[in-house]
Amino acid sequence: MSNTSSTSTEHKPYQQHHFDSMHQQTQSTLLGIWLFMAQEILFFGGLFTAYTVYRILYPTAWHLGAASQNLWLGTLNTVVLIGSSVTIVMAVHAARHNQRMQVMKWFALTLILGSVFFGVKAMEYGTKWDHHMVPGLRWDDGHALHTIREHAHSDTEITELPPGIQLYYSLYFVMTGMHALHMVIGFGLAIWIMIKNARGCFNAEYYPHVEYFGLYWHFVDIVWIFLFPLLYLV
Amino acid sequence: MNSKENEPKKLTYLNAGHTVKSWLLSVDHKRVGILYLAAMTVFFLIGGVAAGLFRLELATANPDVLDNDTYNKLFTMHGIIMVFFFLIPAVPGVLGNFLVPLMIGAKDVAFPRLNLASWYIYMTGGMCTLAAILLGGVDTGWTFYTPYSSVYADTHVILAGTGVFITGFSSILTGLNFIVTIHKMRAPGMRWLRLPLFIWAQYATSIINVLGTPVLAITLLLVVFERAFGFGIFDPQRGGDPVLYQHLFWFYSHPAVYIMILPGFGVISEVIACFTRKRIYGYEFVAFSSLAIAAIGFFVWGHHMFTSSQSEYAALIFSVLTYLVGIPTAIKIFNWTATLYKGSVELTAPMLYALGFIGLFMIGGLTGIFLATMSINVHLHDTYFVVAHFHYVMVGGMMMAWLSGMHFWWPKMFGKMYNEFWARVGAVIIFFGFNFTFFPQFIAGYMGMPRRYHVYDIAYQPFQMLSTVGAFFMGIGLLISFVTLMSSLLKKENCGRNPWKATGLEWNKADSPPDPHNYPEPVVVDVEAYDYTDERIYQDA
Amino acid sequence: MKAVKNAPDIASSYASDWDALFTYLIVVSVIFTVGICACIVYFAVRYRRRSDADRPEATKDGKLLEILGSVIPFILVMTFFFWGAKQYFDARIPPKDSIEILVTGKQWMWKLQHPNGKREINDLHVPAGVPVKLTMTSEDVIHSFYLPDFRKKMDVLPGKYTQMWFMPEEPGTYNLFCAEYCGTEHSLMVGKLIVLKPQEYQAWLSTRMSDGAAPVVAGDDPVAAGQQIWEMNCAAACHTGKAGSIGPHIEHKFGTMRTLESGEDVLMDENYVRNSLLNPNDDIAKGYAPAMTSFKGQLDNTQIQNVIAYLKSQSETASE
Repeated sequence: MSNTSSTSTEHKPYQQHHFDSMHQQTQSTLLGIWLFMAQEILFFGGLFTAYTVYRILYPTAWHLGAASQNLWLGTLNTVVLIGSSVTIVMAVHAARHNQRMQVMKWFALTLILGSVFFGVKAMEYGTKWDHHMVPGLRWDDGHALHTIREHAHSDTEITELPPGIQLYYSLYFVMTGMHALHMVIGFGLAIWIMIKNARGCFNAEYYPHVEYFGLYWHFVDIVWIFLFPLLYLV
Repeated sequence: MNSKENEPKKLTYLNAGHTVKSWLLSVDHKRVGILYLAAMTVFFLIGGVAAGLFRLELATANPDVLDNDTYNKLFTMHGIIMVFFFLIPAVPGVLGNFLVPLMIGAKDVAFPRLNLASWYIYMTGGMCTLAAILLGGVDTGWTFYTPYSSVYADTHVILAGTGVFITGFSSILTGLNFIVTIHKMRAPGMRWLRLPLFIWAQYATSIINVLGTPVLAITLLLVVFERAFGFGIFDPQRGGDPVLYQHLFWFYSHPAVYIMILPGFGVISEVIACFTRKRIYGYEFVAFSSLAIAAIGFFVWGHHMFTSSQSEYAALIFSVLTYLVGIPTAIKIFNWTATLYKGSVELTAPMLYALGFIGLFMIGGLTGIFLATMSINVHLHDTYFVVAHFHYVMVGGMMMAWLSGMHFWWPKMFGKMYNEFWARVGAVIIFFGFNFTFFPQFIAGYMGMPRRYHVYDIAYQPFQMLSTVGAFFMGIGLLISFVTLMSSLLKKENCGRNPWKATGLEWNKADSPPDPHNYPEPVVVDVEAYDYTDERIYQDA
Repeated sequence: MKAVKNAPDIASSYASDWDALFTYLIVVSVIFTVGICACIVYFAVRYRRRSDADRPEATKDGKLLEILGSVIPFILVMTFFFWGAKQYFDARIPPKDSIEILVTGKQWMWKLQHPNGKREINDLHVPAGVPVKLTMTSEDVIHSFYLPDFRKKMDVLPGKYTQMWFMPEEPGTYNLFCAEYCGTEHSLMVGKLIVLKPQEYQAWLSTRMSDGAAPVVAGDDPVAAGQQIWEMNCAAACHTGKAGSIGPHIEHKFGTMRTLESGEDVLMDENYVRNSLLNPNDDIAKGYAPAMTSFKGQLDNTQIQNVIAYLKSQSETASE
């Protein structure tokens, strides 16, 4: 990782004045990022709790709701997001080796893959809007029943909407929505880092933004890796 | 006291830059602490005025002053402002920000810009909530129970909920900042077991801030979505469970009360050590008890729900754990009392507040034990007994600790000593006013008076009347304290580095008020905490 | 000066037991509070600073205070816990011979229905000496049914039934309060529990209701009304009670355990019946197909309560 001059009093240009050394600065920032991740886990944890409680209460709704999702699009999104984590790993590697152009390239690829994700999500949301399956904003029992029937796997006649079905879709929108929001924030951070990179702010010794962004982006990826089976494969 | 009028003015964090911009864009933790102090005082005043108004109404059993809706909005706003804009941020935002780096020998917190950002986030949330008040208020109670808040209320739930949501991030980021600061920025020689107990307390608080607050954030967001979009996560008509809201809400809001009180415990330890000239008895036990409270405190939330249709078996577990969280607290009380034994006790204003704290917090804590007892809880839940309980711990406890800390560190923060006589007068009036305000409420609650009642059975009137009179006196005491502190700023004389002859880096190695960078020379720690046998602290600076 | 009332009435022996535990808690609390406060005051005076040159001896930490200070409180709180938990469990389980009153809370009134169909608003008349079981639900937000003189309350929830019971012993009038904030007129959602001597209660029961309607009419009797709904909807056509029918035998099975398709065993109680009427395909009995249509929108809360009452009356388990 970066050079550790723990007792050096020489101030690097990027060492902030309240720190005694680069080592202290780096260690502090790393701890800070992990604490931030911890609170993000608790944030999503509330949603996973609500999901778990309602899934236990309404297994049929959860099953039929998941079946009504487009599994191809969901899988595509999962692959795309994992891919974007790989590109970030490559970006960190490039930063470590002072390859400024490579860092730009990998970040750009990450953003492209992220955009594909958003595009797919927009399609999915749009489909649900068209089918009147957005609780509260645009929901119609008849349309919803029709769509669910279409997608149901089993042979049993589905004569009515399963209880709790609106809860499934509400949680779907909130959970994927919160996830998407975190991706949007990630996009903003990525662009900021690309600008800093273009200005030559990083070198082989000092590229914390890239590294910490990597941690954040991997976290966003991991959240999706939980969301996908819970919402699409249940 | 040395008069420094003829010497060149020393550079302090107060005079390094006089423009508004230098204050509003300062990343100096001490200035950020002062920014929090100013904002918090305004919020406290607003929350206090709300209380004054409904206390006036409650003096009699009939509705003479306010109508139903206004009353409901006032108690809601009082709760929201006092909990989220005073109790939770007060000691961390003001004293924590000011003192944590000083006490550990650091130049600033780990993330100074994040620190300033936290204040702006706090202000944004505050403005949002004030907007909710100005536009007509919110009437759900600070607890926002569904489905009333999510479906039936027709007041500004979205705005108020969003305001609290935003302010939550201020808590989270402050907590994050303190944890990293305490871990990574201690001066050489400042081992963990040499840290002041205020730091241990602040550390435990910060853990709860980081882990608990996000759950409140998502819960309030779900309520806001339910109102804004109609999602229906807690709507029984669509299969939602309103009790799920309660679980999610209290999962944060119970640990939140430990966020509110733990920093206060830290203040009391510092004040008692100084005004007995002794190390706190059982330092390790007091230090670790803060961590124990933070940990156990996450597992007791169900004691708010013994009558909510929760399973009896869950209730058993929550009841036992609630008793357990009281044990480390009891340890602190015994240890503080034991510290006084064979000490050299000086009854300054901070010490009066601290000793008052012990008694009042003990009553508050013991009535918490009442409420942890399952069958007892059933009768007392949602009555004035609970209102009295939490005001004993929050006002008799935390507010008194806040005032103790403010008086104690005021000379350090501003370089001026307040008038000790009037400060003591304020403390005594507040103590008696407080007890007259809230003790009668225990009786009213036992008699069955429910809380959040605008009009009530005439049998409760004597107690409510007494409570209102007490509140009036408490208000006078608060005014006297406020004027005493503020008027000290007009004095010319500097109080010197260590007017209290206390231990601690902030008193012995930093000026009053401190240099912008705290310690112009690097600090090395070679003494244990609270070594009152070290003669160096008793010498004039 | 006349003494000010400072305690609720003792309306049942449970209330008196409750007061005993409460008194025990107070005594222990007072001992600790007075003890600590006395120490503080004594130490503050005895060890007050005489001069600025005072230098007390350094603190010598000991383990004894910490151990005693943990163990003794722990033992005490465990006594509170066991006594309180026992009381709580006793308070939860209604006796078999309870009168059943159906309660509906709504903003901002209480609707109460007696076994014979007589209805009341905000006031509840009961006979002394017979336990009363309340089965409660809300039409809107969360309320809480609170009888301070009996030391009992229970939240009243929308979409669910909760229960509470109490034993009125002495004739008298007692307060009924809503104890969960529910909006504008929360403080006005109050009433009176009127405990009558048994004969007076019987007499009262057969008087006309305040709107002039006679209380005891077949159509108003919940059991008879429930039976009517059962018959009108041809429930017995599917729930024949014989092997090979479309629906499982339920008519005499209230209060028994049912095995579901999922393998789980559940109790056929009020919540199960209600849910089966509204969401019949949720918890299907083992060996049966999802064939029942939902009665959501066709039966209101009162009608559901009546069906439940009917099924209870037909139950082969000891009747309540």
